[in-house]
Amino acid sequence: MSSPLGLYQPGDSPLHRTPAGWKFLGLIAFATVIVVFDEPVPLALGGVAVLVGFVTARIGPGRVFRMMRLLLVLLAAVFALQWWLIGPESATVVCLRLLVAISAANLFTLTTRIGDLVSAIERGLSPTRGLGVRPELLGLLVGLTVQAVGALSTIAEQTRQAQRARNATRSVSAFAVPFLVRTLRHADELGEALAARGVGDTAPEEPERSEHAPPERGDD
Amino acid sequence: MNASTENDDRAGSARGPRTGRLRFRASRWEKRLIEFDGVGHTYGEHTVLSGIDLRITERRVAFVGANGSGKSTLARMINGLVHPTRGRVLVDGLDPVRDGKRVRSRVGFVFTNPDSQIVMPTAGEDVAFSLRRKGLSKKEREDRAAAALAEHGLEGYADHPAQQLSGGQKQLLALCSMLVLDPEVLVCDEPTTLLDLRNKRLLVERLQALEQRVVLVTHDLELLDDFERVVVLDRGGIVADDEPGRALRHYRELVT
Repeated sequence: MSSPLGLYQPGDSPLHRTPAGWKFLGLIAFATVIVVFDEPVPLALGGVAVLVGFVTARIGPGRVFRMMRLLLVLLAAVFALQWWLIGPESATVVCLRLLVAISAANLFTLTTRIGDLVSAIERGLSPTRGLGVRPELLGLLVGLTVQAVGALSTIAEQTRQAQRARNATRSVSAFAVPFLVRTLRHADELGEALAARGVGDTAPEEPERSEHAPPERGDD
Repeated sequence: MNASTENDDRAGSARGPRTGRLRFRASRWEKRLIEFDGVGHTYGEHTVLSGIDLRITERRVAFVGANGSGKSTLARMINGLVHPTRGRVLVDGLDPVRDGKRVRSRVGFVFTNPDSQIVMPTAGEDVAFSLRRKGLSKKEREDRAAAALAEHGLEGYADHPAQQLSGGQKQLLALCSMLVLDPEVLVCDEPTTLLDLRNKRLLVERLQALEQRVVLVTHDLELLDDFERVVVLDRGGIVADDEPGRALRHYRELVT
């Protein structure tokens, strides 16, 4: 099934080649600007900028639509509720803001390998190690968050199928209970798998002899 | 050449022609052992394992038993995922409780469900994730990941979303993510349970070709053709420990 966040699509566009750390900072800055504006026109211009990004990255409209269709359904519901609560203009601004911000996040994940993002975060936060921060764990946290979107989408889809198989499509508990149980079990198993792969073990292993020194320079 | 090396060479040649590297590796696992010394484990008041004494020196060992017999708990103790509440485990002289990091760098673990083992969005990133603490450059990590994927039948899948691989491919990816670290021991906890026949065969072929010591937890007795030793567990204790033929006869009697 398609997840609400797009997974990396290989390519060699300028967006693909931009270092992950800079792209991530750009995304944060863009999202901040989007939150500051509360007029439809600048938000629409932000949307056009994201659209240009999709074209530049050569991501087809079919892929974008498959990714965004769940979001569009949710936005329709949010729009109706906001219209009823605060009027059409504010509803338009809220929904445009969400649409543009999430589209930008999608563009980021489609053009950025998560491994590159994790490395960039680790490097960016390495000066904070002296303060007791463990950058490698924060980087991993970001990577796992993105990975979890796909994993939870799969669990949700399988749970929905089981719900349909038992003719219980209208039962909230027939979805919520198994989804929650499977999600918790997944978290438990993932924790065990991370431990098996040495996550949480302090101090990095002795570096192997590398052809490139320093090893992490220019990773992006 | 010292005596030890001569013995190692004889051990290698007894198994047929091998490359120098394989012969060296063979000598490594022949000399090293996994020991369970009076090991027990309890969850609350429930005793999962008790009085386990084992010395594993063989290259292919299987733990077999019914659900709840304690075999997965026993296997998890080898790389410190579960700690014994009584007795101790030693892997090559190291205690997984106190030297977890060093033990885990030598012992890889493959779980039943690959979905839970894959932690990165794409296949290449997941394999490279295993190498993140090796002090390698990004290029080296990517190259090694690509080579490992190719070696295990996943060539060209580096940028493929891991969650969209087939069940067999996911399990191969999980295996690949462990083997890229070149562990000396590979512990596999029912790795074929979720696979169809074709994918099971694919995985079994890969496991059979490994030079590493393999400790396999399984219900699937067909996997044990080339195993040297089978340990049968029941209700937290060892009830048979023998070559596969005799051990499995005992297991069949136990479950019928």
